[in-house]
Amino acid sequence: MFGKLTWQAIPWDQPIPLVAGAVVVLIVLAILAWVVLKGYLPYLWREWITSVDHKRIGVMYTLLGAVMLLRGFIDAIMMRSQQAVAFRAAGYLPPEHYDQIFSAHGTIMILFAAMPIVIGLMNFAVPLQLGVRDVAFPTLNSTSFWLTATGALLVNLSLVIGEFARTGWLPYPPLSEAAYTPGVGVDYYLWALLISGVGTLMTGINFVTTILKIRAPGMSYLRMTIFCWTALASNLLIVAAFPILTATLGMLALDRYLGFHFFTNEAGGNMMMFINLIWAWGHPEVYILVLPAFGIFSEVISTFSGKPLFNYRSMVAATMFICIVSCLVWLHHFFTMGAGADVNTFFGISTSIIAVGTGVKIYNWLFTMYGGRIRFTTPMLWSMGFLVTFVIGGMTGVLLAVPPADFLLHNSLFLVAHFHNVIIGGVLFAAFAGITYWFPKAFGFKLDEGWGKAAFWLSLLGFYVVFMPLYVAGLLGMTRRLQHYEVAAWRPWVLIAGIGIIIMMCAAACQVAQFVVSIRRREELRDETGDPWDGRSLEWATASPPPPFNFAVLPNVRGEEPYWDIKRRAIETQQLSPKPHYEPIEMPRNSPTGFITAFFCTMTGFALIWHIWWMVALGLVAAYAVFVWFAWRDVTEYVIPAEEVARFDRARRQARERWLAQHAGQPA
Amino acid sequence: MRAALAESFMQLPDSTSSGVTRLLQRSPLPCRMSAALIAFLLVSGCSGGVLDAQGPIGAADAKILLNALGIMLVIVVPTIIAILAFGWWFRAANTRARYQPDFVYSGGIELVVWGIPILVILFLGGVIWIGSHELDPFKPITSADKPTEVQVVSLDWKWLFIYPDQGVGSVNELVVPAGVPVHFSLTSASVMNMFFVPQLGSMIATMNGMVTQLHLAADKPGEFYGQSAQFSGDGFSGMNFTLRAVPQDAFAQWVATARQTGSALDRTSYLALCQQSSNVRPFTYRAVDATLFNAVVTQQLPPCPGPDVGRAGATVRPRLER
Repeated sequence: MFGKLTWQAIPWDQPIPLVAGAVVVLIVLAILAWVVLKGYLPYLWREWITSVDHKRIGVMYTLLGAVMLLRGFIDAIMMRSQQAVAFRAAGYLPPEHYDQIFSAHGTIMILFAAMPIVIGLMNFAVPLQLGVRDVAFPTLNSTSFWLTATGALLVNLSLVIGEFARTGWLPYPPLSEAAYTPGVGVDYYLWALLISGVGTLMTGINFVTTILKIRAPGMSYLRMTIFCWTALASNLLIVAAFPILTATLGMLALDRYLGFHFFTNEAGGNMMMFINLIWAWGHPEVYILVLPAFGIFSEVISTFSGKPLFNYRSMVAATMFICIVSCLVWLHHFFTMGAGADVNTFFGISTSIIAVGTGVKIYNWLFTMYGGRIRFTTPMLWSMGFLVTFVIGGMTGVLLAVPPADFLLHNSLFLVAHFHNVIIGGVLFAAFAGITYWFPKAFGFKLDEGWGKAAFWLSLLGFYVVFMPLYVAGLLGMTRRLQHYEVAAWRPWVLIAGIGIIIMMCAAACQVAQFVVSIRRREELRDETGDPWDGRSLEWATASPPPPFNFAVLPNVRGEEPYWDIKRRAIETQQLSPKPHYEPIEMPRNSPTGFITAFFCTMTGFALIWHIWWMVALGLVAAYAVFVWFAWRDVTEYVIPAEEVARFDRARRQARERWLAQHAGQPA
Repeated sequence: MRAALAESFMQLPDSTSSGVTRLLQRSPLPCRMSAALIAFLLVSGCSGGVLDAQGPIGAADAKILLNALGIMLVIVVPTIIAILAFGWWFRAANTRARYQPDFVYSGGIELVVWGIPILVILFLGGVIWIGSHELDPFKPITSADKPTEVQVVSLDWKWLFIYPDQGVGSVNELVVPAGVPVHFSLTSASVMNMFFVPQLGSMIATMNGMVTQLHLAADKPGEFYGQSAQFSGDGFSGMNFTLRAVPQDAFAQWVATARQTGSALDRTSYLALCQQSSNVRPFTYRAVDATLFNAVVTQQLPPCPGPDVGRAGATVRPRLER
């Protein structure tokens, strides 16, 4: 009846996951109870869970990413503390637990923390910057989000029921085959990624379509913001790479479930094929994350330098150059597999060529600051921290792209330090910059600058104290994923990294404090104008938070910085643009399709993991039925009457009038 | 062009193996800068790692590592300084800085920002090209001496070393003559591993059903830490070995002793060795079946088994036997 699922699946004998799991379950239950008792459930269902509004979905993506970031960070604390005590000792985490922690840390951080935050910020900002009302396929967008949430849920379920993968964040066969890892951990990994991967692919299709086909009048390609360009590049990569991930993990699932031999030792299987395929996804994945991050920094640096982005066209060229070349470098993840000198040379050189595109970007940001009037707000601090940190991470990356150097440093802590250097310094700093930058747009009040700056400085310091010692440990030959070790020379560096993680914990506490304090002081921090940072692109042209339809009238774009031009005209002529003619607006209706589909997909995934075949069939049929039901709907849109649009816009124009009066006589 | 590059590349100083001090005195600025950095690390207790190379391959790998680092530091250091300087000088509070909101394009700067990275990567590309070919793990070391042959089998979770010419074998201890090249042929009995002795240089993967090649040498007698550099399961952290480089006669003596002690390794005892275990104390085999390595590679001996799934719950949460 319940397949492999018995009471033994709960780790009664392992206090750490048991207690952690119990605490998480209690917190979730407490939140649910609070929501139900306070009567918020109908509001949540109507306004958030079934919402197809790209802004709401963006906020939910970001929130999911932030929660998973905390979960992944707790894993990081456990790993650092285990290594700090496991010198010639067993430490407090046995291998079968420690191996799950580093596997979960990587999987969660990349796929359920960084990806949702990046996709969330794209969801929120791209349609606004393009000057449109929503993405191309709003209900699909909601489905994408809920499928990602399914993946995150399955990964976290493994904490309490069964176990997570013990094979690293990329489960290399033959270790991940049923013969060597018979547990349910790899199955949790496979179905979490297969289901959320479908969601991500749909996001990719959705955003490529949106950016290519739906833009405000006059918004030609070369008038889009760099963030939209990087979002386009990133989503093109999603469309190109995620099918490879799905196919690869599908083949591994066939091996494990039905006795196929794609990657086994026996019967002609070839594990090297898995490693090639997974990195043919894995390397573009790095750029799927980091390209939008570059976009965020471009927006932030330009805004707070009070200048347009330097060499805009060169920046577009560099973005698309990186987008293409990133698909030609995957083999640098396994130079030591013995492919031979010619192959290694090709991939070594192609990898270092990416540094040309990145270098160009760095210099363009540098010259954007040159001649600027830089305001060091929290988002700008994150950007400055990024520029310095990322240059170092890029340098160690090119170092690892030199095959003979990689022969010494592959899989060492030097490698670990390198990719944390670029992912924390690039993607995570961008996430924090983007969240503080767009938060006032989403909620109508700014985040507290004091706590934000404290979080920045502690994160920066903590990052260097954790990862610079790991570079040294890697040069001393320390390999990654060690549950315990015997070499005395490594110890001091591991201990310093342990101190660093304490600083990072303080930084995380400041981040949480930033949100709590800001929400409590929201009336003081409120922004009435819709343009708290003196922005340059279209998202600042509407109110904060924007109405469901974003813009009362779609803006007419005449240059690269449409909102900056509008503001300059207003100040020069001392009046706002003439009052437009308002028309009724059609918006897509909310739909529970995404949530219900994801519910049944969760059911299917869980049933597949535990071999509960009747539940697999039930889940699949039900998920399909939801799609059919959605496809047969009669009414797809609702109409917002012109008077309501006009009422909204009157309020916005009044706020802008006040702003204009304050700026009377000032040069633009 | 390739010859010219090769020449200039070969003229770059011979660095770490013979000491950083010499490098500091007579080398181009980038190398000196990186050497200063490395010297700092060495002073702070950085011996025994990949930069403290004890053989020709490790030294050559490390030289390329330092050269590449030096080449990049030439642009990276000024870039970081410029980022901080521009950020500070153009702060909004600085009234002396000139605000140029229209400075958004400059052909000259565009030429430089594309040109410099391209030139650096061209140069680095040369280093990559030559380095990859010169230091391909499969490429033999030129030497008058006949290389010592060692066959390596990675097992869950220990290393089996077979000396086909001497007919002996050992587990988790690798004894080789110093000053003579060693030719390793490597395979895996089960999952993928990575054979790595940091102080001797290049690592290489071991995979079931396949043979990889590696050529290393130790300059002087000494004991070097060896490990797997590819996570291979729960016992991975206990999968270390010691590589002892000994003088020629001591090696002959070690072989003679090994021939008289321990048991013989044939296909039956191999199947016993195959079972999962970790933190295995080193021991030797007095004789090894000459066809054993081939039998593992060609899968006449089947891949070694994973965890025992006969126990209750093992297909849900298998645990390491202790």
